[in-house]
Amino acid sequence: MEYTLFILLLPLLTFFGLGLFGPKMKPCVAGIIGTVSLAIAAALAYFTAWDYFSAPRVDDVYATVVPFHVEWLHFTDKLHIDLGILLDPISVMMLVVITTVSLMVHIYSMGYMKGERGFQRYYAFLSLFSFSMLGLVVATNIFQTYIFWELVGVSSYLLIGFYYTKPEAVAASKKAFIVTRFADLGFLIGILLLSYFTKTFSFELLTSGDHSIFADAAGVTFLGGSVISWAVALVFIGCAGKSAMFPLHIWLPDAMEGPTPVSALIHAATMVVAGVYLVARLFPVYYFEAPEVLVMVAVVGAFTSLYAAVVACVQTDIKRVLAFSTISQIGFMMVALGVSGMEGHAGLGYMASMFHLFTHAMFKALLFLGAGAIIHAVHSNEMSHMGGLRRKMPITHITFLIACLAIAGIPPFSGFFSKDEILAACFEFSPVMGWTMSFIAALTAFYMFRLYYNIFWGKPAQHEHEPHEAPANMTVPLIVLAAITCIAGFIPFGHFITADGISYNIHLDWQVAGTSIVIACIAIGVATGMYRTGTSPVPGRLAERFRGVHTAAYHRFYIDEFYQFVTHKLIFGGISRPIAWFDRHVIDGAMNGLAWVAQKTSYAIRSLQSGQIQQYAFVFLLGTLIILVLVLYV
Amino acid sequence: MNLLSLFVAIPLLMLLGLWLSREMNQIRAVMVTGASLLLALSFGLLAAYLGERAAGNTAEMLFMADTVWFAPLNIHYAVGVDGISVAMLLLSSLIVFTGVFASWKINPLPKEFFLWFCLLATGVYGFFISIDLFTMFMFYEIALIPMFLLIGIWGTGRKEYAAMKLTLMLMGGSALLLVGILGIYFNSGADGQHTMNLLEIAQAGLPLGAQRLFFPLTFIGFGVLGALFPFHTWSPDGHASAPTAVSMLHAGVLMKLGGYGCFRVAIYLMPEAAQELSWIFLILTGISVVYGAFSACVQTDLKYINAYSSVSHCGLVLFAILMLNQTAMTGAVLQMLSHGLMTALFFALIGMIYGRTHTRDIREMGGLMKIMPFLGVGYVIAGLASLGLPGLSGFVAEMTVFVGSFEHSDTFHRVLTLVATTSIVITAVYILRVVGKLLYGTVQNPQHLTLNDATWFERISVVTLIIAIAAIGMAPFWISNMIHGSLWPVIEQLTK
Repeated sequence: MEYTLFILLLPLLTFFGLGLFGPKMKPCVAGIIGTVSLAIAAALAYFTAWDYFSAPRVDDVYATVVPFHVEWLHFTDKLHIDLGILLDPISVMMLVVITTVSLMVHIYSMGYMKGERGFQRYYAFLSLFSFSMLGLVVATNIFQTYIFWELVGVSSYLLIGFYYTKPEAVAASKKAFIVTRFADLGFLIGILLLSYFTKTFSFELLTSGDHSIFADAAGVTFLGGSVISWAVALVFIGCAGKSAMFPLHIWLPDAMEGPTPVSALIHAATMVVAGVYLVARLFPVYYFEAPEVLVMVAVVGAFTSLYAAVVACVQTDIKRVLAFSTISQIGFMMVALGVSGMEGHAGLGYMASMFHLFTHAMFKALLFLGAGAIIHAVHSNEMSHMGGLRRKMPITHITFLIACLAIAGIPPFSGFFSKDEILAACFEFSPVMGWTMSFIAALTAFYMFRLYYNIFWGKPAQHEHEPHEAPANMTVPLIVLAAITCIAGFIPFGHFITADGISYNIHLDWQVAGTSIVIACIAIGVATGMYRTGTSPVPGRLAERFRGVHTAAYHRFYIDEFYQFVTHKLIFGGISRPIAWFDRHVIDGAMNGLAWVAQKTSYAIRSLQSGQIQQYAFVFLLGTLIILVLVLYV
Repeated sequence: MNLLSLFVAIPLLMLLGLWLSREMNQIRAVMVTGASLLLALSFGLLAAYLGERAAGNTAEMLFMADTVWFAPLNIHYAVGVDGISVAMLLLSSLIVFTGVFASWKINPLPKEFFLWFCLLATGVYGFFISIDLFTMFMFYEIALIPMFLLIGIWGTGRKEYAAMKLTLMLMGGSALLLVGILGIYFNSGADGQHTMNLLEIAQAGLPLGAQRLFFPLTFIGFGVLGALFPFHTWSPDGHASAPTAVSMLHAGVLMKLGGYGCFRVAIYLMPEAAQELSWIFLILTGISVVYGAFSACVQTDLKYINAYSSVSHCGLVLFAILMLNQTAMTGAVLQMLSHGLMTALFFALIGMIYGRTHTRDIREMGGLMKIMPFLGVGYVIAGLASLGLPGLSGFVAEMTVFVGSFEHSDTFHRVLTLVATTSIVITAVYILRVVGKLLYGTVQNPQHLTLNDATWFERISVVTLIIAIAAIGMAPFWISNMIHGSLWPVIEQLTK
């Protein structure tokens, strides 16, 4: 399966090609090169998936294949960074997800970004991102993950800041990079700790289930936790940063300053789930060596999910609603991993998490691309500038509705199946967790239909240009993704991906499924009542009644302001400025002081070297006399 | 003639050529020819070195030559290289080469400028090939003195003050160093036959008492040049006033003399004292790393930002050397290379931007990416290298340092290592702050709208450096192995 290397190489070469020669090309040529190269990569990825999953199972498990592997940087005999490709069920699934969404975004951007300055640069960055993300998921070792982790971070930075003359975009890109970098510091220290005790970076060794490689860490504890727990908890901080888990989620809503297709690709479907993916990748380590950290993962996931869902209910910028919805859904995936066990039915959460990752990538990309089409049509992100668009943009409307139904958990759309498995896993973990997540699912249905009605129903807003349906190169990706959303739920996912690798038959737990359908329908009903006509006084009255909560939620509970205070007042004002002052005035002052003293001393003793022979003779005689006296009388 | 002596001979011939030159084009011809020759020679040496090693030559130093210079004191002109010196020579050649193109239009007195420039280069090359303490020290001084004139005459701003400060502080370091070297000399050779030869001294070893006394002297002496806290303050002022090519050479190569010297003289010759006293300097360098980064966050002058960033990055070099294990030391040398290249790139770009906008204050600039895309992209790449993006040299170096430092499991080293790792976040903060203000956003000054992008000679300089940074960043294996493989003598000394 050596050809898998080309899945990575193609986007990389495209990046270099477009980066170096792009400015000399016609924009559409650059777009076509980027799209075609990604289409080939996608075809290769599908072929890989077919090839991989059609191979016979060994001991009921799909074998792990490493078709490419080189040593890249040597530290010690045991520790070396390798670059390679590791194919196992989850990485193959990710290859499919990434290339599919990326291809759709490439095609869509031909229409969406048409006529933008820097069109070639945009495609170069998309290729760079695709390469990095693909490299991340096929990593054979944790350091390779870290390398590509940073590369996706920088691609995200470059794409968020694509409109670099816009100050908000620049600030947002900076924020995204620095927040995730801060989280990556945790990741890096986690890697260092983990590798120090296990003497390896390799995923295959770490997740082999062989307890002996953790032997060196036995008994090493720090503040009551075992050192491996600390290490994987630190790695999880990196995951939380990338996957926008509370309290490191602050960068994601701002990242919406980037072009909308970028939000679809990076900040909804692929990069933000890298954290979930990494936890899944290291799942055996979490499960066997640090079960308490896994509980933490679940709690962080649940809290983030709840927080983001509440905030999403009151946002008015449609991309922000979607951003918080993404955070909330990633929370679902994290929770599912956190509550999962390892074998057979106990590993339901793991399977559900990966399933949800897959379905969410498709319908969330669809939502964002749909939102892009809408923004393209009305030239605004604000809900108040929309309304009544369902007749003017029929294709966008239908596909958007499909995605809303999917995320709300209505059968037969894909989100229903994956979310249902997550809820089932949560109920088995604890009823509290189950009901919490069900409540969040209801909120999800509510805010998504609030969004839907506000855009497509209600009073039409006044526009300078009459909104019209997007061109074909934008609607085709919508239709493709909508089709996937309709059928993806029927994929026998447990056959391909489970925690222990052994095939597992998904069967719907109708008690959970029935409840969740009822809850979703009620939530949709409420949203319909409140927002369908656009004239209902209920939302306004509710906002008035709960003004405090509403305002706080609208301002995202002031988390950003808190960070602003910490970074600007405490770090810049409390550390950096004093240090800079100290350096200029104390340290450098001491050096200047030394020079000053030397100069003053020189001036003081200068008169001794007057050049007058009489004075010298006098001093000479005086000195001789003193010595004589000393010699004779002392 | 010995292959290595060519490195000293070529700059000297360039001096002669310059002296004979009558006009600007002749000067440029001499400089470009000489610098290209040196670059080619460095690559040749690299190939020859790797060839020898591949052929199984395991000697500590290769291409050795030894001539008695002053018999009564047993001073020799002794040269030889290992993988580390080869890497440093390559770095020097790259920076001399790009420095020539960066000062293509130097004014006034181009001939004199390049004369001093060549003299400085002679010193640098001589230093890296020497294995005799006296020769080494002599070349070291040759490299330092021209700096005074280069800054004092061709500098900007408070140039006299800066030149004086830089030279005096570095001379202060040299004074300590001289005492250290004499101390080593008089304690070398058990049978009364003192020697200056590094290998011989290391072979015989120095008495522990002498080591304890002279280790701190040599370490601080070289450390001043390596921007060791609190002796780093020459760096911001010096760099801010220096002309472009001088900043490049100084931050790119001269500061490496400090790190290289600490490694080659202080640690290699006095391993026991190094192990005993490393904690003091680890604390100082640990401070350097974070302190420099924090200071850089609030500066507004581009050169000050970069100078403080250098304090942080060079701090990491000394920090890694003091970890006294093979991985960390490999990281230290990689960091020297990486910092040399990217800081040279930074200073080159800053010089080019300053030459157009006539200001280095980031508050007075903005939106330059749109006006000068080539320089803008170059700056972003330098910035990304500086904040340790994988695929560029900084990442390779930093990761090697951190993994190496983490091999110590005691709390003291652990805590310091953790403190040092935080620099990757702070670096991101100040780099992105500058990039955001300088290149992105709206144009602050309408007069900037008419400025031109880079000229061809500026492009050569920038592209060469970017290629070198990317080459190390993408294919670090060979260079890392070359360095790693040259560290055994030091490790042997340390574990003796």
